[in-house]
Formats: sequence, structure tokens, C-alpha cells
Amino acid sequence: MCLGVPGKVLEVDGLSATVDFFGVRKVVRLDVCDEPVKPGDYVLNHVGFAIHRIPDTEIAATLQLFDQILADAGPQDLMAADVRGEIQAGEAANVRS
Amino acid sequence: MSAPDLAAMGPNLGSATDKALRELKFRDPARAKALVEGLNKTVNEIGREKVAVMHVCGSHEQAIARFGLRSSFPKGLDVIMGPGCPVCITDVPEVDEGVQLARQGVRIATYGDMLKVPGTVKSLAQAQAEGAKVDVVYSVAQAVQLARATKEELCFFATGFETTAVATAAEILAGVPANFSVLSAHKYIPPVMEIVTEMPHSRVEGFLAAGHAASITGWGVFEEFAERHKKPVVVAGFEPLDILAALLQLVELIRDGKHTVLNAFPRAVSKEGNLKAQGTLWKVFRPLGGRWRGIAHVPNGNLRLRDEYAHLDARRRFKIDLQQLWDYAPAQLSQQCVCGDIMAGMTKPTDCALYGKQCTPEAPVGACMVSSEGACRIWQQYGGHPDLSEVR
Repeated sequence: MCLGVPGKVLEVDGLSATVDFFGVRKVVRLDVCDEPVKPGDYVLNHVGFAIHRIPDTEIAATLQLFDQILADAGPQDLMAADVRGEIQAGEAANVRS
Repeated sequence: MSAPDLAAMGPNLGSATDKALRELKFRDPARAKALVEGLNKTVNEIGREKVAVMHVCGSHEQAIARFGLRSSFPKGLDVIMGPGCPVCITDVPEVDEGVQLARQGVRIATYGDMLKVPGTVKSLAQAQAEGAKVDVVYSVAQAVQLARATKEELCFFATGFETTAVATAAEILAGVPANFSVLSAHKYIPPVMEIVTEMPHSRVEGFLAAGHAASITGWGVFEEFAERHKKPVVVAGFEPLDILAALLQLVELIRDGKHTVLNAFPRAVSKEGNLKAQGTLWKVFRPLGGRWRGIAHVPNGNLRLRDEYAHLDARRRFKIDLQQLWDYAPAQLSQQCVCGDIMAGMTKPTDCALYGKQCTPEAPVGACMVSSEGACRIWQQYGGHPDLSEVR
């Protein structure tokens, strides 16, 4: 659970944001995010809340670990399960046509 | 991403290390190799039999085990997992409170890992099997939604360290329905580092602090600890390279006899941390002393709801009759469980008589085998005994 999960902000609506997590869209809360965010930003999320706006220069380095965990993972992998759980923590997003 | 060809880079490292580095699929094999060489050199310079450092994060242990990192550590370096699993350190009476509330007819919502954690008599999963209402959620917001959809009392059994407690606090501040309450088993990491350090037989000479918890608290929170106990602290990220880089900084500090705090994860952590999240956390919670499972009483280690939120506090809203549970407590295998000693860094999972025999991920006896962040579960998952330094 310490790991959190990074995602790309698609839309901001007050204290909520629609975020893309490796192809899965979820709504996360922005109440305790350390900085204001706008579409295109990346945020680190934990149990449904964005806690950190990832600086632009650090996005690639941050995503690589998660890409690797999700790509390599078998169904039993604990880290991948934690990451998937973190994605599940967001609210279902209405997919816009 | 192509796998780096470390074999082509020269035979300087032992073959076990070469193999480990190849399996790690490091993006930057030259840097990985330099870090491992740096670790070897520095531990040699310290020139003692064993240098022991502790991390306090389940995700660090997962990354170390998953990527086979221990096989690239110097023989003379012990990297021990401390009390970094929030589910594992949830105390037995706290589980009992959740179980008894469920038995009293209150619907419980909690994170999945909590279900199988043993209480004195039973786990939440066993209570559920006997008819109690227990729901698994991935977030406190989902628990609030469950409460909004019903008239019955719904209690969120809240576990996790400060990072997770921030979410509970934010949800409470955003407003919750009248039938919603919180049974807080949230814990605060900095105080337990003091307790583990002060244990009589502790070998721990320095700490790796967990990157994302530190993104909330800031790395400055460790300065007082480092000064008081003369132990260095390095904040570490979760990539294999992040962990190696932080370990190198930590053993260099130990070699030089310095006890400062360094931040090896600046892309996520600042000195002051996330002030908005801290404000939210401390507005709703206050620190209170309490037991961590198997470890000790930890002054200021528990996070409990402030008096302003007493109406949401399950401990104050309900009479939780634990005596009723304890009257029927049978003798349990769990009395042989050494989870507490493992989390204090005094012993290893493989030293436990139950490990892999009576205690497995399918039928866990102790909390360290239940949680995906528990040392026993992680070692079982990723090969049973990932400390390859002993077979090199």
C-alpha cells in the first residue's frame, strides 16, 4: 500500500479529477494534493486521493517502475496486486464519448 | 526496454551478482553496477562482520524480494524489514474490537488485507462466515458510499500508516452520513523507529525511510530522531535503483560516523512534506500511545479521532463488549507466532517454527503471513528465502 499509483489527469472538476491509470479511467479526489493540478499533469495517488503532483521532469522515471511491475506480473504478484488495488480505489469514471 | 547485457560489461562482479543484475532488468546497468560496487567497497571499509540497516515499508520489502535485490547486497550487509506493514502491527485487541462490533450487528467495511488477520478468538473473515456483515473496500470513500446506501450503522475499520490516515481524515472533513463511524487502527511511523532503536539487542545502525509516507510528513520529521539516537536516515524510493542508491548513501553515513538525514527520493519528497495533507491529518487525528502487535507500547504511535469527531468514533458511539469475546478464547497456534520479533528486526521469517509449515498464505497463523506487506508473506511469495547471500 505504500507504493501508490501514478496517473495522468484528464479532467479537473473542483476537488475531483478524472485520471487515466494505464488505460483505466477513475475519479480521484484532490482534497490533499500538494499542488494544484490541471489536465495533462501526472499525480501520485493512494486509496483514492491524489497526494502529490509529479514534476514534469520526473514523470518518465516514476512511470517506469509501474510499467515494469504491471508488464512482468503474474496473477499472484503482490506488487501488481497492490497497484491494481490502488487503481480500484478510484471512483468509476463516466467514459465520455 | 531491452535487458541490459551485464555479462558483456566485464567479470568484476561475482556471477551471482551478475545474474541478479541481469534479472533486475535495470534501465541503467552501468549505474546499477556502480552502486553495487560502491556498496561492496563501503561495507568493506566499515570492516565489521555485519552492518545492519532497517527499512520500515512493506513496499520496500516487496521490491527487494521481487527484484531479487538481496543477492546483490554485500555479504556483510543485513537489510532488515522493520514494522512497515500496517496490517501486521494492528494489535490483537484492535482486531477483536472490529470482530465484536460485527458480532454486535454493526456492518464493518475495511481494507481487504484485514479480513484474515487473527484476533484473540477469530478473524473478521471467520465472523463473516458466521453471519456478520463485513465488506471489503479499496478506499474510505467506498465505505462512505456503502453507508449512504443503507440505514444500518456502518463502521469503517481504518488501518494503515499516516499516508492512509490522511485519506480517512479528508473524507471525514468532506462530510459523512450520520450512520457512518470510524474504528481507527491507524498508526504513525516516526515514533516506532525510536522504540525499535532502543530495544536492548537492536543491531540497527541506520534506517531507510519509506518514500511515499515521507512525501506526506517531509524528510525533516526524521531530523530530531537522527540527532537523538545518533542514527542516520535516508529516504528511499521504490525502484531497484532508488533502493540501491539510498542504501549506498546510508552505509556511507555509517562508515563516516554521521547521523544526518538524506533525501534520496527528491522526485517525490521535500523537507517540509505535503502541508495540506498534514493539516488534514492533524485536524482529525491526534497521536496516542498504544500497543503495536508483538512489538511494544509505542508512545504516540496510534492515531485516534480528536474529541471534535467523537460522534464518529466507533469506540465512543458503541459499547464494544470485548469481554464477551475473551471469555471463550481458545488456545491458539498464534501463541507460537514470532511476528513481533520479525517486525522488530530481531529474527527472520525462516527462523519461525511455523513458517511454511502450519503457517502459509492459504492458512496464515500470524499477521506477517496475512498481509501482502508482511515479511513472511513476501518471502513465501517470492521464493521462500530470498537472502541469497547465504548461498553464494
